[in-house]
Amino acid sequence: MSKLSQPHLLGIKNITREDIELIFETADNFKEVINRPIKKVPSLRDVTIANVFFENSTRTRLSFELAQKRLSADVVNFSASTSSVKKGETLLDTVNNILAMKVDMIVMRHASVGAPHFLARHIKANIINAGDGTHEHPTQALLDAFSIRERFRKLEGVKVAIIGDILHSRVALSNIFALNKLGAEVMVCGPPTLLPRHIASLGVKVELDLKKALEWCDVANVLRIQLERQQIKYFPSLREYSLYYGINRPMLDSLKKDVVLMHPGPINRGVELTSDAADSRQSIILDQVENGVAVRMAVMYLLAGANS
Amino acid sequence: MQKKLILDSQLLSITIDRLCQELVENHGDFEHTVLLGLQPRGIFLAERMKEKLDKTVNRDIPLGYLDATFHRDDFRRREIPARASETKVPFLIENKKVVLIDDVLFTGRTVRAALDAMIAFGRPEKVELLVLIDRRHTRELPISADYVGKYVDTLESQRVLVELDAAQKHHKIWLVNKD
Repeated sequence: MSKLSQPHLLGIKNITREDIELIFETADNFKEVINRPIKKVPSLRDVTIANVFFENSTRTRLSFELAQKRLSADVVNFSASTSSVKKGETLLDTVNNILAMKVDMIVMRHASVGAPHFLARHIKANIINAGDGTHEHPTQALLDAFSIRERFRKLEGVKVAIIGDILHSRVALSNIFALNKLGAEVMVCGPPTLLPRHIASLGVKVELDLKKALEWCDVANVLRIQLERQQIKYFPSLREYSLYYGINRPMLDSLKKDVVLMHPGPINRGVELTSDAADSRQSIILDQVENGVAVRMAVMYLLAGANS
Repeated sequence: MQKKLILDSQLLSITIDRLCQELVENHGDFEHTVLLGLQPRGIFLAERMKEKLDKTVNRDIPLGYLDATFHRDDFRRREIPARASETKVPFLIENKKVVLIDDVLFTGRTVRAALDAMIAFGRPEKVELLVLIDRRHTRELPISADYVGKYVDTLESQRVLVELDAAQKHHKIWLVNKD
């Protein structure tokens, strides 16, 4: 079968391993496309896509927009800060108005958990979740797993440590779902205040000591400290966080192996990752960005293709 | 399901030899010619022909694999999206003579998509089409092949089945009635 089991991509939790493998296989082909002299295919010529971003984003939005343009889709962009949302319009009204203009697919980022799931129930268009609050960020998890697969040529048995602010991270949750489905081993590591209670029930190892986590893993996916989501103090100071959970050159050099470093961006340089670690040969951060476009092309291609 | 044998492995071999000879007639020493096999089923033929041609003209003729899935005109018009295969064209086709190679020419739509896909790799001087089986009277587009292994008169309800065994030595080509 070359069809996804769902008409939407709301989260990794509700798609299957076969779905993910189909997305990866398709993304392999799109990665070849975006490395050609002419980086464009006409597949989504008659598809209109709205990028609806109620929260700020540079990378994800740019990546989606590039992916859409490489597929020849028509794109409209909407950001909450410059729209009628400020005047008090509801989510459903906003999106219904966009749909009345004949849009086939909606890529949405929203600060509220479940906002894309709500839309999917009420609206006849393919919905892609580009991040809903602290819940899921499926395309990020897909591109992370795709990048690991590219580096190791497999995912089965690869040991991945997710390090940092797990509590506020939709990237962490989606990554855990994706890696579990694909047979990788997952560990989360961070200060106890930033680890959700019961996180171990998702089938991940929990480690408080960064050194031990790095000794265990093949890949360290380092997350950003999300100060904008933290209403209270979860740790005394950034300096102290960086002292206990920041990854730097001497620490990496003290390990017996080369751990592959990933980061979903934007990096707080000097906090969770120092520059001499982030820019080293161990880092695949820029590969992640390149793969992001290919993976998003694959998702939109597969969702749009199953429409008829 | 009724099956009728169109080409057995020995006849196929003779046909491929003849197609190679025709190519040599027109392309000489292949200095400016590249081969593009169409994914997924034109590949075996393209590889076999390259092997033969390399020996004949004593040169490593560039062979690329072209997948036209993302250029098809039936996207969103069929139940599920077609599955893509690998495209590998590790050379530029600018000002080259390109021979597109596929197993069966039917409606012509794959070839149209392939022409589109090919343009991403440059502007060729000339493009030719070589097919093993030309199903006559089924074309939906004004496309014809320059080199044909065998013409077959078929009904739309029939299917041409190319059978390969694992060792890729004993190919057989069948005409199958769909029921």
